[in-house]
Amino acid sequence: MFAGSSLFFWLLAALGALVLPWHMQQEGVGLAGLMAFGQADPEAASAIWQALAHGRFWFWPVVAGVLLALPGALPLGPAARRAQFLLAGGGLGLVAIVAQGLAIGIGGWSFAWMEAAFGPLDDRQFGIGLGGSLAFLGCLVLVTDGLALRGLFKGDRFVSGAVGVLFASILLFTAWPVLNVLGQIFTPQGELDAMAALGTRLFDQKIWGLGCVTASVNCGVFWNTLLLATSTASAATLLGLCFALIVTRARFPGRRAMRLLTVLPIITPPFVIGLGLILIFGRSGVVNQMVETVFGWELGRWIYGYNGVFLAQVFSFTPTAFLVLIGVVEGISPSMEEASQTLRASEMRTFQSVTLPLMVPGLANAWLVVFVESLADFGNPIVLGGSFGVLSTEIFFAVVGAQQDFGRAAVLAAIMLLLGLGAFLLQRAVVGRRSYVSVTGKGDVGLPTKLPRPVRLVAFAIAIPWAILTVVVYSMALAGAFVRVWGRDWTPTLSHFARAFAIEWAADGRMMFTGGAWNSLLTTIQLAAIAAPITAAIGLLAAWVLTRQRFTGRTTLEFSLMLTFAVPGTVIGVAYILTYNVPPLEITGTAIILIACFVFRNLPVGVRSGVAAMSQLDKSLDEAAITLRASTFRALRTVVLPLLKPAIVTALVYSFVRAMTTVSAVIFLVSAEYEMATVFIINRVINGDYGLAIAYCAVLIVLMVATIGLINLLVGRRKLGRRAAAPVGAPA
Amino acid sequence: MTTLPKGRSATVRLSGIGKRYGEVRAVKPVDLVIEGGTLVTLLGPSGCGKTTLLRMIAGLEQASEGRLYIGERDVTLLPAGARNVSMVFQSYALFPHMSVLDNVAYGLISSGLRKREAHARAETTLETVGLKGFGTRLPSEMSGGQQQRVAVARALVLEPEVLLFDEPLSNLDTRLRRTMREEIRALQQRLGLTVVYVTHDQSEALAVSDKIVVMRNAEIAQAGTPAELYTQPASIFVATFMGEANHVRAEVEQVEEGVARVALGQLRVELPARGFSPGAVDAVIRPEAILAGPPGEGLPATVARATYMGAHREYLFATELGELFATAPSRLPPLVAGQEVGLALDPGGVVLVRP
Repeated sequence: MFAGSSLFFWLLAALGALVLPWHMQQEGVGLAGLMAFGQADPEAASAIWQALAHGRFWFWPVVAGVLLALPGALPLGPAARRAQFLLAGGGLGLVAIVAQGLAIGIGGWSFAWMEAAFGPLDDRQFGIGLGGSLAFLGCLVLVTDGLALRGLFKGDRFVSGAVGVLFASILLFTAWPVLNVLGQIFTPQGELDAMAALGTRLFDQKIWGLGCVTASVNCGVFWNTLLLATSTASAATLLGLCFALIVTRARFPGRRAMRLLTVLPIITPPFVIGLGLILIFGRSGVVNQMVETVFGWELGRWIYGYNGVFLAQVFSFTPTAFLVLIGVVEGISPSMEEASQTLRASEMRTFQSVTLPLMVPGLANAWLVVFVESLADFGNPIVLGGSFGVLSTEIFFAVVGAQQDFGRAAVLAAIMLLLGLGAFLLQRAVVGRRSYVSVTGKGDVGLPTKLPRPVRLVAFAIAIPWAILTVVVYSMALAGAFVRVWGRDWTPTLSHFARAFAIEWAADGRMMFTGGAWNSLLTTIQLAAIAAPITAAIGLLAAWVLTRQRFTGRTTLEFSLMLTFAVPGTVIGVAYILTYNVPPLEITGTAIILIACFVFRNLPVGVRSGVAAMSQLDKSLDEAAITLRASTFRALRTVVLPLLKPAIVTALVYSFVRAMTTVSAVIFLVSAEYEMATVFIINRVINGDYGLAIAYCAVLIVLMVATIGLINLLVGRRKLGRRAAAPVGAPA
Repeated sequence: MTTLPKGRSATVRLSGIGKRYGEVRAVKPVDLVIEGGTLVTLLGPSGCGKTTLLRMIAGLEQASEGRLYIGERDVTLLPAGARNVSMVFQSYALFPHMSVLDNVAYGLISSGLRKREAHARAETTLETVGLKGFGTRLPSEMSGGQQQRVAVARALVLEPEVLLFDEPLSNLDTRLRRTMREEIRALQQRLGLTVVYVTHDQSEALAVSDKIVVMRNAEIAQAGTPAELYTQPASIFVATFMGEANHVRAEVEQVEEGVARVALGQLRVELPARGFSPGAVDAVIRPEAILAGPPGEGLPATVARATYMGAHREYLFATELGELFATAPSRLPPLVAGQEVGLALDPGGVVLVRP
């Protein structure tokens, strides 16, 4: 197969370096522009032509590397010699591409010391484009081919290529931006030098101040965030536990309906709850108005601030905790509880001394999951926070506010990153010890013990009102879409939908999307639809590499993949604009930056569901395919992939839905051309235009439910015959 | 039955092949020649490295040292698909989402055959293993023995130079196991295949092999024909692993022309000296070589336990050599626990061994 040979990738690299325009073209590339060898405009020329005709000497090493790799790419001669050419040529090419990109930017030399060493450079370059990207990819694969020829990765070119591409993409789109943020902490500010600027930023009263304890001023945002995340996590875990116990252990008619709760956080944009709370408890909310008319009291603005954000987050994240804890409660082997009962323990004693202790690691895990979610939440604090600042909103204001203080944003992001990483490491430690969960392959017999009466009463007393309240909040939130002005004019109307999604026919019969929301909605769907398959593909590839291959650096790859999960969205957003608004990768304002953000934010979920499914797939299936002379790629395509359909669905659904509902990272990355639905809605909310915002949310939710159905239909089910039809559990 | 073309079987030569994971040695460097057209068994307890060795021949693991030749070709660095070997997995590893015919044709299509031709040849091979007409079924719709045959057919259809079996019978019940091992042996002899066969079951190994390689602690303990291993074990381990054996201490009194006179308690037996010189030695006694007679003759013993096993009886005798385990055909008059007897030994079932 030619498309898989080294020569193919050499041609790719050669095309990138010799023919195609190296830099990104502002107006896009037309067909004529593709032939960039011989272009008069240096910015539109290929690398070799820029070097030949425009005196851009820094492209000579790139060209040299590509040419040097040619003898290795041809399928001639001994493997060892080919490997040498590939490694030397591809390696030189890669290093040269990265070095020239980092060294020379829009203002000549990028670093002062280079200017001092080589004298000023009166030339400049913009970010890399088609040619540069292809050359980079080509050189990368040439290097991995060389490594495989050397006998690494069992001599398997596909595996070495996959590992190379995974490492490179994580470096490019996660490690580099995050490290860049940390580097920005040291940017000099005014006349302060790096260290002094760092000092002022780091020990800012606005971050660490404890004024709220001693006086009636606001505390620092760090303490606010910590307080909010801790209290949200505790409350949501407790509520989630009550729900999980009722659903799994009590006889209760509404159990199935309760399980539906777990789907809510996946398909609702994160600030819907915040909106619902405003409509109930806000100044013109239902409760406030009723209290005012009945008792004549002004309840005021109590919902804005810590109270409101806390409530909204508990509503939002209880289902998440619930989802985690269902698995935990169901994972406890009934035979342990039965053993306890045969040892003459009462129901209560069994619950206290067996069931509850067995759940402790699971509870801790749920707590940490919610903690991180609360930390990263941007939607609710921005809607309800008022003057109660948390890290995510402060970062946002530091970037978009009047000050445009990237240094401050970087410091805040770094603190947030450390909090997130801390929780992540703690979680790994907790879950790593989870030897308690006793799921055996044998299928436990026995019935789970009934809940002791006091526990059952408490669980019901807490969970039922909360479930009702959740439904009320959601329905209020949705009802807001159908009245003219909430709190003042209750006339039912569809005008909000009309404003957002009106379609008119022009005189010549063309359809015109005149509603204000069409642009952002179509963009969102389009980008989410592009990002979802990429996420699923990379995620499953990574999962396959991690579970099925042994190579040096495997644990590093696994850890760095999982680490991307711990980086809060706001940090990613800031990191991306800081990193990608200057060459060599100048993609701010394009669709690429949004897609990259979706892909690398949601990648860990794809990896996780892939790993879970893969570990239930007998390893000898792929080995059988390999010994049956299938190439690694064929084995993957014909054996592994068809058996992984449930995981594919999970990854596709999750990444699509998350791409549609995410706010935190995206809010930094949108541009006039590429506006996202959630950002559009947030802006409406900030302007007080709740009706349209809610109408939009409703449409999004309906759309996502439809998409989930569609994806399930398209990917289809596995055909395994009747006896092997055991379901493969793919956690969301 | 139709037969497949013979004569592609190749000799496998392992020259210093070894595998280490970091500090751990999974297989110490091994030299071994597997003659073309023979069935060689790798036998050993779990964790002895036999499966790793097999997987290195298959190309599923890469050897950390040494060279591997199949025929005249050095395949050490070749990936599994390029080695012209195929393998039958312990779990069969039939692709559950493909029909039986697609499973068997998979390797042919991988090798670039047209689908129609591949299916025709797969059909022929299914016939060879006695599964004509089962092609449209899914693997899950077949019994364990049939699945096993599909796995064999799938490996066989590629006409590999070497066919590898990784504990192929461990998922079958006892009766089926016996039938299948005979089928595999018959197929191997009919087609003249080179087969490497991994098992931990010594009776299976004895039944199917031209040559058995006993492995222990990541290295070869002894290699030879089944009879050699049973009658002339090189060590106590091999002796006790190849069937039941009583390990006793003995005394070589004198050696003359390769024959040693050995004292076993009061008994005196003449045995092949196997290079031992006079002095204390280790000896193993097969249970069927212990013959009970009336008290007063031979080695005095008391029956400590007697168990009826159907075709034979099992006895545990208390003697001055220690407890001895023995078997006797059921048609002989039974002994009862507590009875005094005198034991004689059949020299054919007694061997001097190194520890």
